Amino acid sequence: MERKLEGIIARYHENEGNLISILQDLESEFGYLREDAILWVSERLDVPPAKFYGIATFYAQFHLKPRGKNVITACCGTACHVKGSERLINSLVKELGIPEGEDTSEDLKFTVEKVNCVGACSIAPVIIVNKTVLGKVTPDKLKTEMKTLKEGKKEYTDYI
Amino acid sequence: MGTGGIAAGGVEVIASFEKAFAASRIRATVEKNCSVHKVGCRGFCARDVLVDVILDGSKSTYEYIKPDMVERIVNEHIVGGTPVGDWLVKDDYHTFHDKQVKVVLSDCGEVDPEDIDSYIFREGYEAVKKVLTTMSPQEAIDVIKASGLRGRGGAGFPTGVKWDMAIKAPGPKKYLICNADEGDPGAFMDRSVVEGNPHAVIEGMIIGAYAIQAPYGYVYIRAEYPLAVERLHLAIKQAKERGFLGKNILGKGFDFNVKVKLGAGAFVCGEETALIASIEGKRGQPRAKPPFPVQKGLWGYPTIINNVETLANVPYIMRKGAEWYAAMGTEKSKGTKVFALTGKILNSGLIEVPMGIPLREVIYDIGGGIEGGKKLKAVQTGGPSGGCIPASIIDTTLDYESLGKVGSIMGSGGMVVLDETDCMVNVAKYFLEFTKSESCGKCVPCRIGTKRLLEILTRITEGKGREGDLDLLETLSIDVKTSSLCGLGQSAPNPVLSTIKYYRDEYEAHIYEKRCPAGVCKDLLSYSITEQFCKGCTACTRVCPAGAIIGEKKKPHKIVQDICIKCGACFETCKFKAIKKG
Repeated sequence: MERKLEGIIARYHENEGNLISILQDLESEFGYLREDAILWVSERLDVPPAKFYGIATFYAQFHLKPRGKNVITACCGTACHVKGSERLINSLVKELGIPEGEDTSEDLKFTVEKVNCVGACSIAPVIIVNKTVLGKVTPDKLKTEMKTLKEGKKEYTDYI
Repeated sequence: MGTGGIAAGGVEVIASFEKAFAASRIRATVEKNCSVHKVGCRGFCARDVLVDVILDGSKSTYEYIKPDMVERIVNEHIVGGTPVGDWLVKDDYHTFHDKQVKVVLSDCGEVDPEDIDSYIFREGYEAVKKVLTTMSPQEAIDVIKASGLRGRGGAGFPTGVKWDMAIKAPGPKKYLICNADEGDPGAFMDRSVVEGNPHAVIEGMIIGAYAIQAPYGYVYIRAEYPLAVERLHLAIKQAKERGFLGKNILGKGFDFNVKVKLGAGAFVCGEETALIASIEGKRGQPRAKPPFPVQKGLWGYPTIINNVETLANVPYIMRKGAEWYAAMGTEKSKGTKVFALTGKILNSGLIEVPMGIPLREVIYDIGGGIEGGKKLKAVQTGGPSGGCIPASIIDTTLDYESLGKVGSIMGSGGMVVLDETDCMVNVAKYFLEFTKSESCGKCVPCRIGTKRLLEILTRITEGKGREGDLDLLETLSIDVKTSSLCGLGQSAPNPVLSTIKYYRDEYEAHIYEKRCPAGVCKDLLSYSITEQFCKGCTACTRVCPAGAIIGEKKKPHKIVQDICIKCGACFETCKFKAIKKG
């Protein structure tokens, strides 16, 4: 871990001392913001951890808890909302066994997230599985996709 | 091939074409005419994937193309010479385009966004050459002033005036920021422009930076737009290689470098001072103005922030002249505006129209009317800061002033069409949920005001509305508007005020009659099965996610109200109209 963190800190100076960039690097390195990583970086840079946490909790992109292997993002933009995104989210939570009040399944296989708008409103409602954008999603279509995902039959890593 | 086209299978279609060309035996004669080009989004996203086949200069466009359809197109059209009639675009593809006037989008869908030569071939970077070799910074500013270009981010501040303030602002260095933090839900203009023609944005930035003499620029873009980010990086790299960015551009002694900063997911960062804080690596909270960013911006230096669409207009204005641009639009709103037309509309997609066009023409001529033959109820413009324009005043023209008069705003260009099955109280609640969670929390009126507004709206949609709620909503809305620190809070109550203004009866039905006329608010609804229509086909039992429908096969079914979650799945599935909503 330390070697990875050294690399991130090395990039720190190129980024004009930008704490957001460090956190973005940490997030992409570990998948979420590990407490030990933040404390380590905070000590090395002599920046109080509160500063890091202040930023981490402000922006929606940062996560303080581990996330699932597969991340399913439901778009909640206006167009998706009027076309029934709420129902899709309810069925995702149920289908993938996400505990109430949480966003990740206990086995860390699936995370269901909401996003404000992915800007693909013409094909609303939109669900993104890992990196694959699914458009004009119906509850039926979603059920089939989730089945495929659970059985690992398809790689959802296409370019978006 | 924007995000929409790729989701519809654009990549696979291209691959199929490449495969079909390779497999075709007369490859040698076909190949040189048949290179496959990728282009950015051309707006008509509802019909993706669109494919142009150009044979000897005559162009045919196909719609809804899937990979398995490619072989027939290659065999019959490209090899055989006869287009596949059934799959060609119909007349409405042309009506969709006829009333549009494309400036910003003129090259989107025509150039390959990943190839600078494709942009240069269509006169790209000519404007930079013209400005840097023939104009002083002040002359460039004067052209933009004369064109009447106003900020396309929403507020509509004249761009030329802003630049003028920046060049006159004292400071050892200056910054130009391109705001691509398109946060309004239901808007994707900036994404499409950056994905479809990133070089136009960069060219606009170079001209803007020259005009205000800023050596450094940033593009602040949402991380939710990975394809746009990637194409932007590539475009910057290519522009650097060609000497349009970097030191001593075109040998004219002007330096300009651009960096890309990724937003981390906060709507409020679209606000200028919050955006600056975010680039500086802090929490994206706005601060009081003045000093304005043009006086004291990024790291304390004079800073100009322009929206993507504003900057993308600049090269075209420079190439074709201020008079050409000012000839379009209305007296106070010049030029064209890009809108993201979405919601319950037949032809959803990205459109560009001259300012001052009546909303009716956009909805019925370009948009093709409402989906499923339903009735138009309202058009929501300006996202969470905007308002709803009811069907009764659909002849309102689209320009900054007219939209302001009817209680909405131009905003960045989101346009969501609502039909008779949409509940306006629910729409207002949706936007308040958004602004409440995106409020940065720095000032009290916005932090607590939006929360209280949302609580009242939620109460109303749950059938717990009280006498006096409407007055309370209105007074509180005005308080939040007048006392919030930044644009987010100052405009957050707009959706509430405009829906109360035009749909007071709908609010009253919720509050006094405990009824949702559009049939949306779950707590005011119940579903039941009309026995005489029910054939006992069990279709509803199978789709019910809660298992609330019981009954034997071929006998009338029943919905157990205690278990029913009112999702409406049965209502949509039943072929015999046996499910009653009310």
